Amino acid sequence: MKLVKAIIKPFKLEEVKEALSEIGIEGMTVTEVKGFGRQKGHTEIYRGSEYTVDFLPKVMVDIAVADDVVTKTVEAVSKAAKTGKIGDGKIFVIPLDDVIRIRTDESGDGAI
Amino acid sequence: MIKKHNLLKFLALALGLMATACFSPAMAQDAPEVPEEAAEVVEVDFETAYGAFMGSADASAFFTVSNLWLLIAAGLVFLMHLGFATLESGLTQSKNTVNILFKNVFIICMGVLTYAFYGFNAMYPGDFNGWFAFGSWFDIPADMANFSSEYADYTWYTDFIFQAMFAATAATIVSGAVAERIKLPSFMIFATLLVTFAYPVTGSWEWGGGWLNNFGTDGDREFIDFAGSSLVHAFGGYAALACVIILGARKGKYTANGIKPILGHSMPLATIGVFLLFLGWFGFNGGSVLNADPYLVSLVFVTTALSACAGGLGAMFTSWILLKKPDLSMALNGILGGLVGITAGADTISPGWSIIVGLISGIIVVFSVLFFDKLKIDDPVGAISVHGICGNFGTLAVGIWGAGFFVSQLIGTVAISLFAFVFSIIVFGIIKAVIGVRVSEEEESEGLDIGEHGQEAYPDFAPSIKG
Repeated sequence: MKLVKAIIKPFKLEEVKEALSEIGIEGMTVTEVKGFGRQKGHTEIYRGSEYTVDFLPKVMVDIAVADDVVTKTVEAVSKAAKTGKIGDGKIFVIPLDDVIRIRTDESGDGAI
Repeated sequence: MIKKHNLLKFLALALGLMATACFSPAMAQDAPEVPEEAAEVVEVDFETAYGAFMGSADASAFFTVSNLWLLIAAGLVFLMHLGFATLESGLTQSKNTVNILFKNVFIICMGVLTYAFYGFNAMYPGDFNGWFAFGSWFDIPADMANFSSEYADYTWYTDFIFQAMFAATAATIVSGAVAERIKLPSFMIFATLLVTFAYPVTGSWEWGGGWLNNFGTDGDREFIDFAGSSLVHAFGGYAALACVIILGARKGKYTANGIKPILGHSMPLATIGVFLLFLGWFGFNGGSVLNADPYLVSLVFVTTALSACAGGLGAMFTSWILLKKPDLSMALNGILGGLVGITAGADTISPGWSIIVGLISGIIVVFSVLFFDKLKIDDPVGAISVHGICGNFGTLAVGIWGAGFFVSQLIGTVAISLFAFVFSIIVFGIIKAVIGVRVSEEEESEGLDIGEHGQEAYPDFAPSIKG
């Protein structure tokens, strides 16, 4: 099992969600996050004083998947979140030891 | 005199009718004698006389309409306190919102009550030395002499409530400028002293018939401040300036690497505040006509609106050109600058010139905000620029485009600003020495909501209490 952690542009969330639904992903967790990569920040102005905003708002999508659908999932997210411009985000794939469904105490692939 | 004769006739007639109705039918044949008897009663019995007065349509209709308009205007000025509360909340950080709102709630409660107990009679003392009068409890027994245009076109109570709504405004202006770092008890003490004792002094100089009315021969070059560009706004602005100088800037605003802006947390709240203030200003200026004169009230509405809009545009384009971006908070300050600017001359400056007054006010505001930031005078909401500087300019504008004389206007606005500044330096300085005026650095970082009140304005992560 893997945890696919995708950091995407906020306005791409809907498209990513739909793309994941299409390949049969049944659940995900979404968090509003801030950060920067190569895009860096931008400057804003408030009452005459400029300041730099380093941390830009992004959305992080956590998806736990079985090993055989990892590639498909990553491809779906990547395709849906891509604009081709700087700041599209990143996808991390992390090994996952176990998953437990609290309601039934199921574990492993069956709990995803 | 003719009016008075008419009034007496009406009184006599009405009383006669009332007496006829009251007496038994058996007495009816004595009717011709009744008016004379009743006329003596008029002097002592207010309720009877007032009833007759209200029956005389020509005398009472204008009075009644004027009185009603002033009460509506008082309501509109009251609404400005909501405007200040939202504007100040919007332009400061969310961790200090409870504190800002609390101060605004305190100011209106304290302001109206102290004005009743002391301020009103200190500001309108009647005959006095022209410089200073002691105040007292405002209420007086109702008197028929107060119900004619020779006294005023409104009742004593209307006069009080309209002026009371104004009084609290002066302290509200200070509240925004000292936001995010002032100790709550220190602010409450200072605001109370300012509104109770200082505001009526300068008020009496002009509106109470004091020395500012005496310039020239028999006051023909008197100082003119129609609705308070100096008496209310510059007064509040310069009191704020004194407090900010003593208090110091917010932590982290002025760094070695230049100015680091501390962002207001809600532009929607700030914008709502300015629209409310704009609406309230129709009462602030329109009510200051002090009757329902159709021509003057409508003229004042027009000059007020034109100046406000020109101020908004002036600030929008000045900030756009100067700072390369159209800054909303500057545009909001510009509208207020235009409103403050026209306040002194809303009844004597023509609609055309009122646009110029507004436009200049809007431009001044932007430069003034940047200027005070350069001096490291930290004013989170721009109150010193909007109320102080535009208040000065608006008062002078009456000497240029309105009915005033420039030198009189200059003396007046400098005297009022200086009094507010010196009073505030002394009083706030004493408060600083005795109990301190600034919260601890730690509390400033954590926010005054938790530090002073133990509350949050936006408890985002409060756990749900439902199962």
